[in-house]
Order: sequence, then C-alpha cells, then structure tokens
Amino acid sequence: MIPLIVFFACALLAVASAVTLILAREPIHSALSLINVMVALAILYLLLGAEFISAVQIIVYAGAIMVLFVFVIMLLNAGVEERTDYSKLAKYAGLPLGFFLLIEIARWMYGSSAGSTIANGAGAITGAVSTRDLSSELFRQYLFNFEATSLLILIAILGALVLARKNQ
Amino acid sequence: MGFISEHSVLVASLIKVAVLLFIVMTALAYLTWFERKVVAHIQSRWGPYYVGAHGLLQPLADGLKFLFKEDLTPPASDKLVYVLAPFLALSLSLTAIALIPFGPPNLRLFGQPLFVVSNIDIGLLFLFAITSMGVYGVALAGWSSNSKYPLLGGLRSSAQMISYEVSLTISVVGVLLLAGSLNFNSIIEGPQGQGGYWLHFVPKWNVFPQIIGFLCYLTAAVAETNRIPFDLPEAETELVAGFHTEYSSFKFAMFFMAEYANMITVSCLATILFFGGWLSPFPETWRWQLYLPGAGLIALGIYCAYDAATRMRGLARLQLSVVTVLALGIGAVCLLPMVAPYVQGPFWFTAKILVFLFFYVWVRGTLPRFRYDQLMSFGWKLLLPVSLANLVVTAAVIVFVTRHA
Amino acid sequence: MSVPISYYLVLSGILFGLGVVAFVFKRNVITVFMSIELMLNAVNLAFVAFARAHQQLDGLVFVFFVIVVAAAEAAVGLAIVMMMAQNGQSLNVERAHSLGEGGPTYLPGGSAAESREALKS
Repeated sequence: MIPLIVFFACALLAVASAVTLILAREPIHSALSLINVMVALAILYLLLGAEFISAVQIIVYAGAIMVLFVFVIMLLNAGVEERTDYSKLAKYAGLPLGFFLLIEIARWMYGSSAGSTIANGAGAITGAVSTRDLSSELFRQYLFNFEATSLLILIAILGALVLARKNQ
Repeated sequence: MGFISEHSVLVASLIKVAVLLFIVMTALAYLTWFERKVVAHIQSRWGPYYVGAHGLLQPLADGLKFLFKEDLTPPASDKLVYVLAPFLALSLSLTAIALIPFGPPNLRLFGQPLFVVSNIDIGLLFLFAITSMGVYGVALAGWSSNSKYPLLGGLRSSAQMISYEVSLTISVVGVLLLAGSLNFNSIIEGPQGQGGYWLHFVPKWNVFPQIIGFLCYLTAAVAETNRIPFDLPEAETELVAGFHTEYSSFKFAMFFMAEYANMITVSCLATILFFGGWLSPFPETWRWQLYLPGAGLIALGIYCAYDAATRMRGLARLQLSVVTVLALGIGAVCLLPMVAPYVQGPFWFTAKILVFLFFYVWVRGTLPRFRYDQLMSFGWKLLLPVSLANLVVTAAVIVFVTRHA
Repeated sequence: MSVPISYYLVLSGILFGLGVVAFVFKRNVITVFMSIELMLNAVNLAFVAFARAHQQLDGLVFVFFVIVVAAAEAAVGLAIVMMMAQNGQSLNVERAHSLGEGGPTYLPGGSAAESREALKS
C-alpha cells in the first residue's frame, strides 16, 4: 500500500515538473523543474531497490550537472523565453500530435509483451541491491567500459578547457 | 499499546524526530552564543555578557529581533525562487542530521534503534547527496535577489562549494576502504570498534591510519561550509554581505541557521569517520566512565551555583540559579545506574563534536581569509591531488597487507 | 502490495514523450539541452525498472554509464553555448546558426517586449 502511494506521488510530481519545464517562461524555472524531476526519479529508484543509483543520481545529476546548467543560465542571463506566436500548423497540428506521441509511447510500454509478462510479480522478490554487488559487477565485468568512460571524461574536460581558452 | 507495536517504526520515528529537532534547534541557537564568546575571548574582550548571565539569553534576544524585523522583498526579484532559497538551504541542512547515529544501535525504543533516526545502508553516500544539493540554496539566493553583488557572491560561493565537495568526498574514501561499508554504524563498529589499543593507550580510531585523509577532510569541510578562512564570497563584498544581502529578518536567520547546521553536520561526520563516533576512548572494562557524564554535569551545576551566589545580581542571578538546578537535576538523573549506559554514547559523541566546533570557531577567530583565486587554486591544485594520492596509497597498502597476512 | 513494473515503464514513456515535446517546441538552447537530459532520465528509469524485473545488475551499470556520459555531454555542450553567447550569437535555436559571429544579441535582462522587438529584426 505504502509503495503504491509513494509511487503515485512521485510519478505525479515528476510529470507535473516535466510539464512545468515545457510551460515555464524563464529558463531558471525550467531548470528548477528538471531538478524536481530528478529528485522524484531518485525516490523512484529507491522504491525499485537501486540505492546506489539513487544516490548517484542526486550527487551527479541533480547536484553537479544541473548546477552547471544553473550556472550557465545565471552567467548568460538567458532572459525570458519569448512568447512569439507559433505557426498555425505547429499550434493546431503539432501540439496535439506531440501529446498523441506521448500517449502512444505510454500505451505501447504498458501493453507490450515486455511490460505485461514481467509486470506484476517481479517487484517484490528481493530487497535492495547492495553497493558491494554493484561495484564488483562494475569493476570486473565492465572494467573496460569504466576505464573508457574515464577517458571520455578526460576528453570532455580538455574540450571544455580548449573552448574556454579560445576566447583569450 | 497495540497501535505502537504495529506501527513501531512510525511512532519511534516521530518521537525521535521531534526530540532531535528540538535539540538541534537549541544547539544552533547556542552555537551562535558559543561562537561569539570564543571569538571575543580570542580577541581579548568579553562577548555577550549583559543579556542574561554570561550572555546566555543572547540567542533568545537575537531570535526575537529576527522575528520582529521588517521583511523586505526586493521589488524586481523572482518571488518564487527568492522565498524558496532559504527554505531549501535550511531544510537540507536539517535533513542531513537525520542520518547521524548518536549512540550504539543496540539500544532500542519500541524495537527501533534509539539513537539514529534512519540507519540506511548507504548513509555516507546519502549525506553527500544532501550536501551536494545544498549548493542550490546559495546559488538561487544570489540569483533571485536581482542585484549585482548577491549574484557574484552567490556564483562564487557555489563554485567554491562544488570544487571543495570533490575533495571532501575523495578524502573520505580511504576510510571507506578500511571499513568496507557505507553504513555509519558499520564504520564506527567496524575497524574502530574492535577495542584494543596501539601502544597501549592510543585508541584504534581511523584518524591515525588516515591522518592525511583527515586533514584533507577538515580543510575541505571548512571550505564547504563557507567558514573563515574560506568565506570570501560572503565577506569580500563584506559591506554588502554576499549572497544573502537582500534577505532580511527570518529568511536571513534561516541562512544563518543553515550555515551552523552545516557546521554541525560536517563535525558529526568527522567524528563518525575519523574519531570513532560514539565510542569512548577508554576501554570497556573501566566502569567508572559510566558516571562521567553525570559527574560532569554536577560539577557544572556546582560552578553555576558558585557563580550565581557570588558574582551575579538580579535577573542574571535568577537565571543562573535555574541553570544550576537544571544541571544538577540532569546530572543526578545521569548518575542513576539505569540511565547511565544510555547516556554514554551521546555523551562521547557530543564531546567530540564540541571539540570540532571549538576548532571551527578557533580558526575563525585566528586566520585571515583567502583571496578567491588562491582559494580555487588551493582546492583544485593542492587538495584534490593530495586526496587522490591518499586514496591510491591507502588502497595499495590495504592490498599489500591483505595479501601478506 | 508492490508496484508492478509496467507502471514504471508507463511513467518512463510519459516522461520521454514530454521530453520530446519540450525538445521540439522550446526555443532557448539551454532549455533544449535540458529536455535532452529529461529524455535521458526517462530512459534511466526504464533501465532501472528492467534491471529490477529481470533481477540483473546490468541495467544499473548501464544507468551509471548513461549518467556519466550525460555529464560529459552537458559539460561540453554548455561550454559551446557559452562560447556562442560570448560571440554575440543569440540563444534562440531558430536564429543561432554558426559558432562564429552573427545574429542579434539577446538583450540581457530585458523585458519580453524588447526581446521580441530585437528578434523580429
């Protein structure tokens, strides 16, 4: 009972924040709603038993990547999102089609074989995934991927540095 | 009673949260008193002395002042974010205290551990998650004030916080390698709680094998909480107070409380990780240490009685005699053999935290502050490589020792 | 009673759809980046749900890598955005067309009416 309540509360929060991201006029409000979505998803990861991923989501995604976004918005003073009128095609055909896409994806995921056969029992079997198991998986089977991503981060740092230096 | 046994988690958590919140808010208020007194004595003057005996009612007076000040809102600010920022800062700081164990986990209240509100398996990681969200309080406060100095102060302060957060988390990983778990109680009871002493008198706390990690952690923690010597973003535009310039009355008080709550949190973390948390430095077999908290409180009561009788007059005398009676009463209760084992854990924990808080205030009174570029280059070019080196050396030593043993 | 996995998948689908709508309809470059992050988050939720459903840790490891790659991408992407803004490019996706000079400057802190005026030109 309680997991169901928590799930619906967080799902509602996530969807409401995503809609706020679309409807907000200022980029800073969009950024705050995205942080909201990430925190709601972190709670959902806890419900799914992935404790480490939940903490990593908050530390890295909500606590570092979004801080970067917020910094850039503040530094560039990105201004108010202007409300120029969309073309008629976009307004009367595009938006309904967009939401139709959304409903279709949701319905497909609910009705697909992947969703329904695993659907009901699987959530209750084991408890949380321990960090020890996850890290032994990460550092044994996926060691190469791990080192490759560290190389990727190094390249990203170098790229950002080069871009920042080019202006001098 | 049926309700309690069925919903024991809920009832126990509510009681613990209520008591903890009360204690923490009082501690925050008296931490301001403590800081003003200690900094004043470092500067060869008395601190607050007139409002109540020894200035003990000063936090109350300050709280009333904050409540009655005019609450201004800058006209062109972003109202939602302006109100959100101090709430975010304070609520995150107070949430972090829910994870901290104040005593051993075997003591129970309705079947739930008494001394920790939530004992999760990834406690340390979650504490870091909460700390990393605390950057938003500062950044959003600076932005929403719609004014140049707060914006610059907020940006600098948040840049400083995210830089030192990296060193903070890496300097702690050495302890994690030794302990093998992220759970606070396992870190305390694990390598540190096995009893036994090096050289017969040095307790086996993590600070001794991990001394470099501890020093990195302490430096990064002082920077993370924006304390002197790292508080340039708050104080350079000191005439204009940095990111909380445009905040008045209660919202400013919330930022203030959030900073002190952060200080308490990082002190708690330092004691848990490096100084054995609620473990006592004396061996378990010395039973007299059970009466140490009670004896200490009674000694405090006697001192207050002496002070009230000789030096104070009027209202101060009345107030100090109330403090005397309270201290003697609680001290007597702590001496009861039924209560004494319960008080042991929190007593040692609080004593260690007080040492760290004193260290924070001492550093504040003594050192000048860093310039911003010195601050950032220190964080990235010195502290981060040293923490990484500490991590690598610790890992190498652990592998070497376990392979040979 | 626990939550069926299909509920998580539906939520993931809805969030992904909202991300696509935001990506297509928003005009500020930074907001478009944020919609990409929203889509990645939705996908992460699906991964974690499937990892739980199949009782395997591979999904969680993949989520870890997605988060790391999103971090790297955000860093470089935002550096590019900052270079664009410093070169005088506007931050409107319909008007910013090169990394060099060009486009009307976005008025910092100006009102919506002024920005509209400048962008109409």
